[in-house]
This record gives sequence, structure tokens and C-alpha cells, in this order.
Amino acid sequence: MNDKVIETDELTKKFGSFTAVDKISFSIEKGEIFGFLGANGAGKTTAMKMLCGLSKPTSGKAKVGGFDVYTQTESIKKNIGYMSQKFSLYEDLNIMENITFYGGIYGLSSKEIKMRGEALVEKLGLKNETKKMVASLPLGWKQKLAFSVAILHEPKIVFLDEPTGGVDPVTRRQFWNLIYEAAQRGITVFLTTHYMDEAEYCDRISIMVDGRIDAIGTPGQLREAFKATNMDEVFYSLARGAKRSE
Amino acid sequence: MSAIEVKGISKWYGKQKQIAVNSLTFEVKKGEVFGLIGPDGAGKTSLFRILTTLLLPDSGNARVDGLDVVKDFREIRNRIGYMPGRFSLYQDLTVEENLNFFATIFGTSIEENYNLIREIYIQLEPFKERRAGKLSGGMKQKLALCCALIHKPTVLFLDEPTTGVDPVSRKEFWEMLGRLKDQGITIMVSTPYMDEAAKCDRIALIQKGDILAIDTPENIINSFPEKLYRVQTEDTGRMLKILSEYSSGLYAYASGEYVHIAFNDNLISPQEITIVLREHISSEVSPEEIRPNIEDCFIHLLRA
Repeated sequence: MNDKVIETDELTKKFGSFTAVDKISFSIEKGEIFGFLGANGAGKTTAMKMLCGLSKPTSGKAKVGGFDVYTQTESIKKNIGYMSQKFSLYEDLNIMENITFYGGIYGLSSKEIKMRGEALVEKLGLKNETKKMVASLPLGWKQKLAFSVAILHEPKIVFLDEPTGGVDPVTRRQFWNLIYEAAQRGITVFLTTHYMDEAEYCDRISIMVDGRIDAIGTPGQLREAFKATNMDEVFYSLARGAKRSE
Repeated sequence: MSAIEVKGISKWYGKQKQIAVNSLTFEVKKGEVFGLIGPDGAGKTSLFRILTTLLLPDSGNARVDGLDVVKDFREIRNRIGYMPGRFSLYQDLTVEENLNFFATIFGTSIEENYNLIREIYIQLEPFKERRAGKLSGGMKQKLALCCALIHKPTVLFLDEPTTGVDPVSRKEFWEMLGRLKDQGITIMVSTPYMDEAAKCDRIALIQKGDILAIDTPENIINSFPEKLYRVQTEDTGRMLKILSEYSSGLYAYASGEYVHIAFNDNLISPQEITIVLREHISSEVSPEEIRPNIEDCFIHLLRA
């Protein structure tokens, strides 16, 4: 197997006559931080669902972690982590219970869960808080914890759907330090964000417009290609041409 | 008379009396666009709910349009428009039914104040038979704004109207607010996006129930007490590490494709920083002095 962790070839999803995702082709390498951008309604969520093995494509090909999105969805699910702002941890379980629960779901042994769980709370500085209900944690901690839990099983890829929404600028930057660390360990990071400064923190980004990927490259390459001084301008010049109303 | 007057308002929750809003005092002038800028948990929503008479404060008092938020709650409700952070329209009613419903509740009709919502509603009209629950995020937001405006409120409260909305739609939304302001409506709006602060007449930066700063965006930026430099880099992580290890007298953080470096120039000189970076990163780097933006100011205040 090569080092391509995600590979798609004309991946398409139609709902009736509506083409939500329109022949997208791209590949992502091991350890890359990949920003998946686009306006609301451009098709990002549908594309992500197919890559996570949750939605069957209409046509095209895709492999995630070496597994086929049509036939090996269970293997895909075991090899990825997922975190979003809306769905992450159970509020009514305490920190350690959440770790144990997700560790179990991801198929870790109780010994591994104990070991990795302890290392995790130590690293996040939550060692004395393990019996605290997740509901009582500040949002910034919740998000850092949710991310760490999503990679507890050392997946090949972690999908992050707007992971930093609503947190203060300092916490947002701390969160990014966790992302960098994970990427350096070889975990591929696939994320969406509405913060254009975060697009700059990615190794490469793609911008979806009306179901298509209209631009892909390093932030520097895109700025140059669109003669823009920042990612905001790149985004505007692409999304302005969108036909799909939102 | 101010449109909103807040005097020592506090709110706490639970047995442990966790502070959500900590004795806040400020005013919003008539016709102003006033922004509450802060992360989740700053107390924005509690403050909104107190001012819209949906939550009783634990101390202090407040007036909206000259009326007391506790005593005169009925009258306030007739006069204000409120768009909560969570989508709060009837999902099973169509676009048109929702709007009709809100107009009727307030004793008016869509026709009566159509000029106020026309520009926004035109974009919704093709979908007026669609159920609100089936609208896309951007469309839901526009419908909620129409419903909050249908009775021609004097003060409009918008709690995080642009959260989770893409940059293009966010820009459009702020253009709409500008036109509402031109019609004389006072607007209090909250957002976690620091770049939107510049679009307000005045802003309050808030965190954990406290106001860190309150002024025009311009004045907040001018009161940034340190020197701020930026330097472009391909390897943000490495540059941050080098800088943070060099001196505790500076604070370096990523900002898009740049690293921002804030420092007290009585303690460290810009030349010193350039020398260190040239030695460890590349002889090409040249930090340049920049004017801070609101996010830089917020980060500074969080460290203070």
C-alpha cells in the first residue's frame, strides 16, 4: 500500500435529481492536515459521510485507509476517528466513563483503555477531574477531551467537523497544537472550518462549490492562483460563483 | 435616552452560584449596532435573555427602550425583536405560515411592515410553501430574522446569528444589518467571530461573565499597549517554539499564514527578535510591525 490514506476518483452522490457531490477526485497523504472548505450547502457533509462509510456513493470510487467505501464500511469505521461540535462526548458521563465507553466502542482492551486513558488525562491536565461530569466542563476542555478521545485508538484518519466553533482565540490555538501533534504522529487530519485563518494552518485545503471541488492546493498555492492576499479572498472569489442557493 | 441601559446586572446558576453574568454595567445608544464579542460561556445568551425579559436577573436592573425589564416585561415584549441562537421557529409550519403567525401574534400583518423585510424576504419567497424545518441553514437564518422584524421592533436582539455560517453568507448578513440600522433600529448582536467586531459601532469583549473592554473597535485597537509584529513562515510550530523559548517577555501565536509577536518594547527590541529568527529560522525573515486586529486585542486581554 502506498502512503495515500484517502483516495477518491469521481466520487458522486445524488439524491433524486439533485447532485449533492459531483465527481470529486483527490488524495490525501499520511500525516497531512487537510482542510475541507466550502459554503453551507456546497456538499461537504455529504462527502464526509461517504468517506466515513455512513453513506453509499451513487458512483465513482473511493478508498479510506485502504478500504473501499462501498464494500468495507465496517473496516473504515474501525480505522477512523470522528468528532464534531454537535456530536462528541456524553454529557451525563464523567470524563473517565467517556474514555472507557469510547475505548470499548473502538475495540480497545480494558488494559489498553486504562493505560491510554491515564496518559490522556495526564496530558490534558485533567488527572484530578476524572470523576467530573462532562456537562460541567468548560467548552474548551470538552473539545480538547473530545478530540483526544476520537484518537484514543490511534486511527489512521480523524475527521473533525467544525471542531473549534465557539471557543476563545487562545483555546482555539491550544486545540490546534493537539492537531499538529496528532499529525506528527502520523494521524491524517481531515477537517472543516468556517474560520479562514484556520485554513492557513492546514497543509493543503480544498474548496467545494456546488458539489464540485473547484480548488485544491496548499494555502500559498491558492493565494497565488487567485491573486489573493488571504484565504478569505480566495473563498469569496470562488463562492461568489456558486449557483446553488443557500 | 439610551436604547438599552444595564446597571450592575448579575446572573448565577445552580447551588454553587456559578456566575454567568458578573455585575455588568453599560449603555447602548439609540440607532447603534452594539456587538457582544466573546466565546461560548461568556454570558452572552444569559444577558440576552435578561434583556428580552425571558430570565430574571439575580441583581441589578436594566431598561430597554426606557422600560424596566422586570416590571414592564409585557410592554418590552411588544417592542423588541429577538432572534435566539437556536432556531426557534415552527419547523412544521411553512415559511409563509411562520411569518403570518408571528405577524398575527404581534397584532400586525406581513403587508403592514413589508418594506422592512422586503429585501430579505424576496430571497425566501421562492420557498414560501416549504416547511421551515426543511430549509437550509442560511435560509432558516433569514426567515428567523424576518419573523423578528415583522412587528417593526425598536430594538433588535440577535444572539449569534452567524455562528456556523460560511464567510460569504456571514458577509451578506452583516450587510442586511447595516440597512436595518439605516432605518433607525437599534441592534444588539453577539458573535464568536472576532472579524465581525469591526462591523459594529461599539463592542464589548466579554469572557466568563466579565466585560474585558468596551468601546468602539477603533479605540480598542488603539489602546493595545504592546508592540505587535508579524512574520510569515512555512513552519509555524517551529517558529512558535523558538520564540516562546527565547523570552517570556513576548507572546507569539499563529494568525493565518503569519506568526504574531506581541511584546513590550521597553524589555525587548524588534531588532533582537529579528536577530533570533534569522539565526534559527532563515536569514530571509523580516518581521514587520502591524496594527492589531480585534482578535489580537482579545488575546491580549485574556492573557492580562
